[in-house]
Amino acid sequence: MEASFWLETLNLWFLLALLVVGYGAGRWQERRHYRSIRLREQTLRHVVALNTRYVPEGVQATGARLVSGSVVISSDYFKTFVAGFRAFFGGRFRGYETLLERARREALLRLKQEAHNAGATLVIGVRFESTTVAGSSTPSVEVMAFGTALFTPR
Amino acid sequence: MLISNLETAPGHRVVAHMGIAQGSTVRAKHAGKDILAGLKNIVGGELKAYTDLMQEARAEAVERMTAEAKAMGANAVLNVRFVTTSITAGAAEILAYGSAVTVEPV
Repeated sequence: MEASFWLETLNLWFLLALLVVGYGAGRWQERRHYRSIRLREQTLRHVVALNTRYVPEGVQATGARLVSGSVVISSDYFKTFVAGFRAFFGGRFRGYETLLERARREALLRLKQEAHNAGATLVIGVRFESTTVAGSSTPSVEVMAFGTALFTPR
Repeated sequence: MLISNLETAPGHRVVAHMGIAQGSTVRAKHAGKDILAGLKNIVGGELKAYTDLMQEARAEAVERMTAEAKAMGANAVLNVRFVTTSITAGAAEILAYGSAVTVEPV
């Protein structure tokens, strides 16, 4: 009787395990990601990204190069589960807000890193683009940032 | 080859317009990567395999666009835009297009 109870409710336990793993690992990963983002934002502070289309006054540009940064980031099982309820009741869902914020900051950081590696400290005309990557039940999103790195004479 | 998403080429002057140059590629990820990504979906976080895939595809699209511009006799592509369309689950088209122009340094 005991064994059959566990077997019959196996699906439920499996779901619960996925939720717990998703919650724990998801939170841990998010915290780690934010820490890494903050650290790299400090080290790349000297690279300035603007979304203006023209070269700022006073800057003498001798050359330009397209730079970009992108990241595909996935929601975790727990967030997706909660999002299902949210979609029913409506309202703000912080879990996805932080997901997109992380993706956007990460993409911008990678763009700045590419500009820095190329020897530029100014990127103009920055644009963001996001696409949802289809193919699985858990939503994942790709965020891409691209812009033009300017080279100035030293 | 000067490639930029601005309408002007910083430090250069446009002397001739050749028209639109474009390059695209359709990519799908292979099953092994998809299964791994499926597992990653439980815990969340970056899907490195997909990031690489998209970056590779974009580089390929830009390369094709550049080749087309070169064939037109241009030495720069300005106002470059990217478009991504997912065709089916697991396959996406990445398109890069821009204006092929000839520039000279000022």
